[in-house]
Amino acid sequence: MTGPSPGNGAGRAATVSPEWWGTEEACVQYGHKLALDHVSFRTVPGRISAVVGGDGAGRTTLLRCLAGALAVSSGRVRLPAPMRIGYLSAGSGTYPDLSVDENLAFRATAYRLPPAAARERSAEFLERAGLASARDRLAGQLSGGMRQKLGVIAAMLHRPDLLVLDEPTTGVDPVSRADLWWLITRAAADGAAVVLATSYLDEAERAFDVLALDDGRELAAGTPEEIVAAMPGTLRVSDARPEGEARQRAWRRGGRWRIWDPPDPLITDLRHQNPDEPDMIMAQIRGESVEPREPGRPVAPDLQDAVTVAILARELAGSRELAGSGDLEGGGSR
Amino acid sequence: MTDTLAQCVGVSRRFGDFVAVDGVDLRLGRGEVVGLLGANGAGKTTLIRMLLGLLATSGGQVLLFGEPPSRQTRRRIGYVPQTLGLYDDLTPAENLAFSAAAFGGQPGEGGRQVMASALPESLRPYRRTVVGSLPLGVQRSAAFAQALAHQPDLLILDEPTSGVDPLARARLWETVAIAATAGTGVLVTTHYMDEAQECDRLMVMADGRVVAEGTAGQIVGDARVTVVETGSWAAAFDALEAAGLPAALVGRSLRVPGAGPAEVRRALGPVEASVTGAPATLEERFFELVLSSSRAGEPG
Repeated sequence: MTGPSPGNGAGRAATVSPEWWGTEEACVQYGHKLALDHVSFRTVPGRISAVVGGDGAGRTTLLRCLAGALAVSSGRVRLPAPMRIGYLSAGSGTYPDLSVDENLAFRATAYRLPPAAARERSAEFLERAGLASARDRLAGQLSGGMRQKLGVIAAMLHRPDLLVLDEPTTGVDPVSRADLWWLITRAAADGAAVVLATSYLDEAERAFDVLALDDGRELAAGTPEEIVAAMPGTLRVSDARPEGEARQRAWRRGGRWRIWDPPDPLITDLRHQNPDEPDMIMAQIRGESVEPREPGRPVAPDLQDAVTVAILARELAGSRELAGSGDLEGGGSR
Repeated sequence: MTDTLAQCVGVSRRFGDFVAVDGVDLRLGRGEVVGLLGANGAGKTTLIRMLLGLLATSGGQVLLFGEPPSRQTRRRIGYVPQTLGLYDDLTPAENLAFSAAAFGGQPGEGGRQVMASALPESLRPYRRTVVGSLPLGVQRSAAFAQALAHQPDLLILDEPTSGVDPLARARLWETVAIAATAGTGVLVTTHYMDEAQECDRLMVMADGRVVAEGTAGQIVGDARVTVVETGSWAAAFDALEAAGLPAALVGRSLRVPGAGPAEVRRALGPVEASVTGAPATLEERFFELVLSSSRAGEPG
């Protein structure tokens, strides 16, 4: 069923190697909609992996598969035993009518954690996350950030091998976010493979590796450096909004405009060398640097740029298909 | 000056013994985009509610377009709350028509005109879908369109792009930039430093007070952190933690605020690592400001 499992003894078919957890070519179908479309994802003990994408990209579906809460329609998953997984669902996996302490005691019992160990770990995490003074408060009365911190502590209390966190930091203020990242780092330092979903790429950039999803499919994957290196084409930055066709390839960032130049050699040549400009051609022949006629100067992309380009490329390809079919309304004929 | 759209002079607000906003000065001019940063409870939302005229001040003065907040000043403000303020069971166009009517537009022909002209290109494919069934990024575009439909002089955005992908976020900021270029003043709260970089000017609030103000570059100033590169980050993390120097993991390196390379080197003990200084990020500087403010506020 799965690959070889060194170190776990032969004949134990259900045991899998601890080298990685994840999915291979996983598909999840909801009715006619393919929520997850052949997604392969691996996470490794002692490492933090981020799954990024906007609303509807498939993040939650993938994380539910990784938590063992959702079966794949096809493809494979490779997971530790259910008791060795910690999962925080989107929205917060805490019981609003239980106090902070009761929430953690309940988790400890459910995961058969020895009471003394549970008390010690709870106390350490609550203290470090700034929740020590809130132990008797009902979870339902906590602020959003505090509730998320409690949810992460509850999910990691039993030292899971795989910790799956669905948007632990969305809508959380920066101070609580730093506490959450301390907890997440603690779990990885203790040897857990950590997967977290986020819609923020500056946050994803803190992870060891990143999977970007769009419309259920892989958009980009690898370490942030690998994703940046794999970006097709080049990037310019300009103070002015570009005109004409380039407008579609431009977006705003940091008060300026980023303009993506696709790798299509014909377009690039036309853009950067204007044959009507003999001065420029002569300058090039003399080996001098030539200012392109379009605004902007080259800029090295970061993860956010690379993922934005991937979304943009898919969007541009999609609008070309639509234009080709002559139906811009997506089927609405009345 | 006539170009001042919103002004706070020594504005305070108390709830019982709790001082939510404490002597805040703010000035927002035409075409300016000002970002308001702060942890939860820093006073951002209270300040915004006073600007909107939803909450009275306990002290100081709020002036909008040179006069105290009223129903007349509210008419000149576009507001996108965190919860978006859209009716889930109306379409984007119906939401727009409703808000146009509420802002004093005429129902019927006039309302239809508002609908036709204000519905942005990106929303047209969704014009027959109720808001509740739309993706979050589209809902946010609809909320922006609604807030801008009556061509406000002042736009107030509370956490405007939470939960959308980077391209959708960039598009929303494009909308903001276009409004600002046309002269609208924009006040925006955010928890995300990337978004803060879109603003002309930032105000950092902590415990009801403004603790820093200026461009992102001015706020970061020459603040530095110590960066630890090591093959065994978990061991380094533990060693730093034991020494009371909490570190943030970024990829495979650790960043330690508030301690110089020499101190960090000592704390690492036998852990092999390269230890260097680096300029702080806006987020790291933000923590420093917030933490020093809360320490200053502690009794004794």
